[in-house]
Amino acid sequence: MAMNLSAVSNIHPFPVIPREQIYMDYQATTPCDPGVLDKMLPYFSNIFGNPHSRNHVHGWLAEEGIEVARQQIASLLKANEKEIVFTSGATESNNLAIKGVAGFYGDKKKHIITCVTEHKCVLESCRQLEQQGFEITYLPVQQNGLIDLDNLRNSIKDETLLVSIMAVNNEIGVIQPLKEIGAICRQKGVFFHTDAAQAIGKIDIDVNEMNIDLLSLSGHKIYGPKGIGALFVRRKPRVRMQALISGGGQERGMRSGTLPTPLCVGLGEACAIAEREMKDESERIARLGHQLYTGICKKLSHVYLNGDVERRIPGNLNLSFAFVEGEGLMMGIKELSVSSGSACTSSSLEPSYVLRALGVEEELAHTSIRFGIGRFTTEEEIERAIKTVVHEVQRLRAMSPLWEMAQEGIDIKSIQWAAH
Amino acid sequence: MSVYFDYNATAPLRASSKKVMLEAMDFLGNASSVHSFGREVRRKIEFSRGEIAGVLDIEAKRVIFTSGATESNNLALKNFPGRAIVSAIEHDSILRVREDLIVVPVLADGTVDLEKLEATLSKDFTAPTLVSIMAANNETGIIQPLAEIIQIAKKHGAYVHSDAVQAVGRLNFPWQTLDMVSISAHKLGGPSGIGCLVINPNLPLIPHIRGGGQERSYRAGTENLLGIAGMAAALRDSAQDNLQLVERLRDDLEDLICQVFPESLVLNRNVPRLSNTALFHMPGVKSETQVMNFDLEGFAVSAGSACSSGKVKASAVLKAMGLDDDKSSEMIRISLGPKSTRSEIEAFAQVWQSIYQKCSPLKNLERKAQRNGYESVCSL
Repeated sequence: MAMNLSAVSNIHPFPVIPREQIYMDYQATTPCDPGVLDKMLPYFSNIFGNPHSRNHVHGWLAEEGIEVARQQIASLLKANEKEIVFTSGATESNNLAIKGVAGFYGDKKKHIITCVTEHKCVLESCRQLEQQGFEITYLPVQQNGLIDLDNLRNSIKDETLLVSIMAVNNEIGVIQPLKEIGAICRQKGVFFHTDAAQAIGKIDIDVNEMNIDLLSLSGHKIYGPKGIGALFVRRKPRVRMQALISGGGQERGMRSGTLPTPLCVGLGEACAIAEREMKDESERIARLGHQLYTGICKKLSHVYLNGDVERRIPGNLNLSFAFVEGEGLMMGIKELSVSSGSACTSSSLEPSYVLRALGVEEELAHTSIRFGIGRFTTEEEIERAIKTVVHEVQRLRAMSPLWEMAQEGIDIKSIQWAAH
Repeated sequence: MSVYFDYNATAPLRASSKKVMLEAMDFLGNASSVHSFGREVRRKIEFSRGEIAGVLDIEAKRVIFTSGATESNNLALKNFPGRAIVSAIEHDSILRVREDLIVVPVLADGTVDLEKLEATLSKDFTAPTLVSIMAANNETGIIQPLAEIIQIAKKHGAYVHSDAVQAVGRLNFPWQTLDMVSISAHKLGGPSGIGCLVINPNLPLIPHIRGGGQERSYRAGTENLLGIAGMAAALRDSAQDNLQLVERLRDDLEDLICQVFPESLVLNRNVPRLSNTALFHMPGVKSETQVMNFDLEGFAVSAGSACSSGKVKASAVLKAMGLDDDKSSEMIRISLGPKSTRSEIEAFAQVWQSIYQKCSPLKNLERKAQRNGYESVCSL
């Protein structure tokens, strides 16, 4: 990983991170692609004008950069560039989509459907609306992490305004059936929003074929910069919203504030690269994912893959290791930068709410590790990751009385624990 | 020749800001991740927060990063549980935030009418009150009497917020005496897409972007490390700017234009105002025509604030100061920066004169009269 980036900009090697550290947290964030960086740099200094200055060439050049980026984003989604609204990131996009639509149509329809495994920013936005008198249905997920379509269909009622279901889950990488959800929503006349922060550049998205009305995406999850994202807002049939941030009326009044030209350009280029390379990249990452999974399972038993085996993106392997202690495992594989859940909540010791929603037992949820594989992951890194994980799990299990009992055929669940 | 005189719209990136951003580009990781990549990002962000707090002389925990001043202003006012009193010359990101704003007028000199402010505050009201007055105006550069405003507000138990986008880095003020301050990086020569709101931890603030609980839940969303580091560097750097030099250039520019047309100055030169901003009136020539002509000559100037400069509309700020629409539609704004030079202002004055002679109907009339051998019909 470090090798890859420093080869591109050898004047700026990673300042502090030791070289042996392996980055496997591509769901939390991704490094900026060198191609993205190249496109952004001139817009920081040479083409620095305010893109909303209509009176001089500095402004025009900045605006031009932004409009190209808008087309690049639209192209990846098969949308029209007029349907792209820039935001500060997917968190803002999700807040804007849900609260914006609720704000505009809320006096007519007051019911929203979402799902228990959504990202916190979707759930928190819904909670806030709940306090304002909206009714929210939190759909459960099946054991494979996917929602039940019949359940969705039955939950839609006359007052339903919006269905918000994420495209790809950040913790377990499962892909929700977007096309089917879109069809149901369109048939019932309900808006369909999807948080596609983890899906863009990894699966094919066609907002028209999938009947998506609103779609959130983020720059830094697709090898673009942090601090930028976008919301796709359908024009035909038109989705209207109340702005979350009001002011100068930029982004057709849906989102005020001076657009950060270099960041917009970076997001556009990241989308263009994703569109160009998605096919090859997915195949390569799938190969690495397979290598990691089979490599670990060959050496270790009692390893569980969380989420649907088939309908998932290959760059996210969320594994639970039975008979080891979660924190101990994390400490033992320090040289792998992995995560036990989503970054936002990873500093808390609570087991993941996503895994709990799948019905994963608390013990196993505690020992789950998300391995993220991305554009710059190498085969050598995967091999080293396998070795490190296998070694550490074996070491921890060797110390575990539970593992010993399990080897002797005792059912751990039958043990009567003494109260303490 | 390419001269940028639109610093109040956005400022070119400072070298120091560019340098730290280039370094920060090699930091990989999400600041909320617990692994070493994430911890390094977190450390850098907290370091930058400390730097910003240091320059502003406030506690670091009062700094909440946002996507820019528009968001900061929205965050400060939108969900404030009580009444909000603002001035008539605020930026749209204040004036359009809520519908129940109480608007206090400004005097002809562009400063807020303190008597009216006090009268408004004196009206019985039980819920908390927030007064939001910008530190310096983007279109005119006029500085508001913030210290007096704070004094009046405190007397009535009100909180005070200030949109200090144009003032931070260009004006010395004890920012810690305000409850909330909005700051934008790109006006300071930092990157766009980042800003902050200085908060008062005791003031109830209801976040409007929610999610992963970043920025102590005041503002969710993965932190923009590049922006944060770049902003800290720009702010630190701006404290070293030679503002007197900028002021001298601006004053000399005003003198030069006055020599061409004595009534070109719109603002009272004795009112406290930012050292970099000037407004010039060119009689009979529409702002748009001027801006276009200046652009052809290589000067980037503005007809008003950038957000609304696409629309042809008389400035609400000048209107609030009592200027008539005809006059304010014939004005342009010049905003200088620390890199502006004497030769630039001299060249500008010459171009101003040539555009004036070419476009002004009065001037044309005068020329025609002279050609025909009459005495000047125009005694302007």
